[in-house]
Amino acid sequence: MTKKTSITLTRRGALGLVGAAGATLMAPNLLGKPAFAQTEGAPEGRVIVGLVQEPTVFNPLMVKIEVDDGVHFSLFDALFRFTPEGEVVPNLATEVPTQANGGISEDGTEWRVKLRDDVKWHDGKPFTAEDVKFTLELIVNPDFRAWRTAGHAFVRDITVVSPTELTWRMEEPFSPYLSFLTETFIIPKHAFEGVEDPNSAPFNQSPIGTGAFKWDRRLAGDRVELVANADYHGEGPYLEQLVFKYIPDITVHFTQFRSGDIDLLGRMYITPDNYEEAKTLPDRTLMLQPAPSIETIALNLERPQFKELAVREALYAAIDKQAIIDAIYYGVPSSVENYVPRSSYYYYADLPLHEYSPDKANALLDEAGWKRGAGGIREKDGVRLSFKNSTTSGNHLREQMQQFVQQMLQQVGVEMTIENMPAAVMWGDFWMQSRFDTAVVGITFLIGSDPDVTNRFHSKAITAQGGSGSNNWQIKNARIDELLEKGTRIFDPAERKAIYDEVQQIVRHELPYLPLFAENYIHGRKSEIEGFEPNGNTRTESWNAASWYWVS
Amino acid sequence: MLPFLLNRLWQSFILLIIVSIIGFTILNLIPGGPLSQYALDPGMTAADLERLKEQMGLNRPLPIQYLDWAWRMLHGDWGTSYRDGAPVTEVIGRHIFATFILMGSSMAISIAIGTWIGIRGATHRYSLFDYTATVGAMVALSIPTFWFGLVSIYIFALKLGWFPAGNMYTIGDETVLGYLHHLILPSLVLSLVHVAVWSRYMRTATLDVIHQDFVKTARAKGVREKRVLMKHVVGNALLPMITLAGMQLPQLLSGALVTETVFTWPGMGRLFLDSLSYSDYPVVMGLLMLSAILTLLGNLIADIVVSMVDPRIRLA
Repeated sequence: MTKKTSITLTRRGALGLVGAAGATLMAPNLLGKPAFAQTEGAPEGRVIVGLVQEPTVFNPLMVKIEVDDGVHFSLFDALFRFTPEGEVVPNLATEVPTQANGGISEDGTEWRVKLRDDVKWHDGKPFTAEDVKFTLELIVNPDFRAWRTAGHAFVRDITVVSPTELTWRMEEPFSPYLSFLTETFIIPKHAFEGVEDPNSAPFNQSPIGTGAFKWDRRLAGDRVELVANADYHGEGPYLEQLVFKYIPDITVHFTQFRSGDIDLLGRMYITPDNYEEAKTLPDRTLMLQPAPSIETIALNLERPQFKELAVREALYAAIDKQAIIDAIYYGVPSSVENYVPRSSYYYYADLPLHEYSPDKANALLDEAGWKRGAGGIREKDGVRLSFKNSTTSGNHLREQMQQFVQQMLQQVGVEMTIENMPAAVMWGDFWMQSRFDTAVVGITFLIGSDPDVTNRFHSKAITAQGGSGSNNWQIKNARIDELLEKGTRIFDPAERKAIYDEVQQIVRHELPYLPLFAENYIHGRKSEIEGFEPNGNTRTESWNAASWYWVS
Repeated sequence: MLPFLLNRLWQSFILLIIVSIIGFTILNLIPGGPLSQYALDPGMTAADLERLKEQMGLNRPLPIQYLDWAWRMLHGDWGTSYRDGAPVTEVIGRHIFATFILMGSSMAISIAIGTWIGIRGATHRYSLFDYTATVGAMVALSIPTFWFGLVSIYIFALKLGWFPAGNMYTIGDETVLGYLHHLILPSLVLSLVHVAVWSRYMRTATLDVIHQDFVKTARAKGVREKRVLMKHVVGNALLPMITLAGMQLPQLLSGALVTETVFTWPGMGRLFLDSLSYSDYPVVMGLLMLSAILTLLGNLIADIVVSMVDPRIRLA
């Protein structure tokens, strides 16, 4: 917002310039980073981030949705942070505890975390281990409307050793907890003194953090304004003001990016149908980022049609994934085989690649004894190779894809009928209790970017069979169970990688779902904003707003 | 007058109870509920969702939930928003000003223009003006506001650059002039439909009066045409319009769903849509009760005003 360029300068643009008149220009250096802006001078300029949902939850521990994360990452710090490459690095802590450095005991149950001694809350009070203890205890307070409690529920005996050190015991070794802590923002104990109900604490409406930006004000229904925290302990901030602007409609979201009212597009970014036009906009920079969510066709393995691996392989071979991506999704998504996103350290790169081949599909089915019967539909032992496919109704792109898949399957003697339903019905018991035949569903498999997928593939996670979890395709594989149980008890990333590499291979081989593609987020920003970097290990584009700055 | 008022109040109270029961029931019939937005979060376990349900009191039987809500309501407690944890009255308070500004300016425009078009259409019946106004009103009524809003943004904001592409004001520039500049386009778009409706009603009302005997009498005794029009015709034609204005009163505060969305106007219409999509029951119920109360109030005020300006009508 500080620098206006040639984009149709409006009267309103002129008004904007008046506001920015005091700001001086930053000189870019040849490396693309303004050396002096990084080290000298007061933060300046303002970035307006446009969001299609309104952030409304400002206590980062309370139940929330993705859109709230941008504000939380800017206001608060967690003990650790994920880099875009998938590495966990210290944030409020001074080092990442491992078994090698003694931060985690040999049996994985005793944790010791050391904290920075130079961190202050936005109100000037010092940050100490007491705040961390308070945070971890508040999450499991039964009266508090906490967000995820997974992992936190294992924590016992939190002991403050000194203002910069604390220890706790885990009821059982649970290595994913480290990544969960990268999403657990620490809040100040003193803000809750004398507060009877933490759910309605004044803090929740005017939060105090340790982050690069301080709370300024919220205009409900419109925006949240943050200002630079000059005393920030980490890199930055270089911006004087960070604004999260709510734009309720996705078309208008893009229009305001075109008009220059928004400097940087937040969720849901640029939709694929606007991609071509966005490329032609002057002074805008676009960037593709693989989304953590994978678009799949989930198969219900308890249905007689899908019991045989040959059938699942044939279905996969019969679908022309690239044609779907190009013809329906404007070529934006990337074809995938893995459930682990590419941004993860645990991504296994050598899975066999999908090959579109109706001939192979026919051969597989012929060989397995599925003979063409009435109407050209294959049958075996009285079971017709016919099933329903469901997803959220009203999602036009998915509906087109369903019809496409329907035609492709018909060519190999498979009948697929489409039966869509409203979101709340589709993803209620119908999905959770595995009442579907097949479903088109986008799934984020990793929780907090940890590779543990017990929730999705362990046999005890089948809700329809009395378990607890989201193994909705009902896969039961003894080797997967064994690997998953081992994986959460091991802390060394390299050792864990070997385990989860094998899980990825088995899942790809077993095909409990047909992996189609990973959506790509199309980020857009004014070209003069530097320091922006998408991070697939967080849920927000604004995870590092502290590093953003304007050049001209 | 007093017995009339008491009677009206009593009726209104019963009506509000009925409205609230129907609203509450329908709201709870919508599949999903306030927790469904968290259900697909991979890290939220079934136990987490159960715990939240318990904490928010959503696991109680519906009639109990309703009675609890109604009892608090009677004591002036409108409840607390699920979505941002603030009291409902505060949530509404944060949005009402934006809507009032937008609807107020739009209504002022549409009543002024609509009345003029209506009267002129009636006095110059079957003229080119009348035909144009009639066709124009039909077109205006059938244009989807959403489309019209987007097109006007495209033309006047993106291409011509005369007006901003939405928002209530430019961030960093909160001058009165800035507000006005942002207000023009959305209030004109919103006025389009209202002008059409208002002008049609006004034309009909004027035509009803214009051929009546007292108008002829006035003309016959030599009253000047302008005076006939202003005092005898318009004065009487405005009577039914008072009722119409009363019925539009709730709109003044309940907002415009579509226009507020297209122009990213942080008003009550947006609040309603958002609260509905998040199943934020307390806020939706609060908005429902507010607009029900305003509707009843608007009608009451219209009745009283009509009885005051028209001595033939008595409230009983």
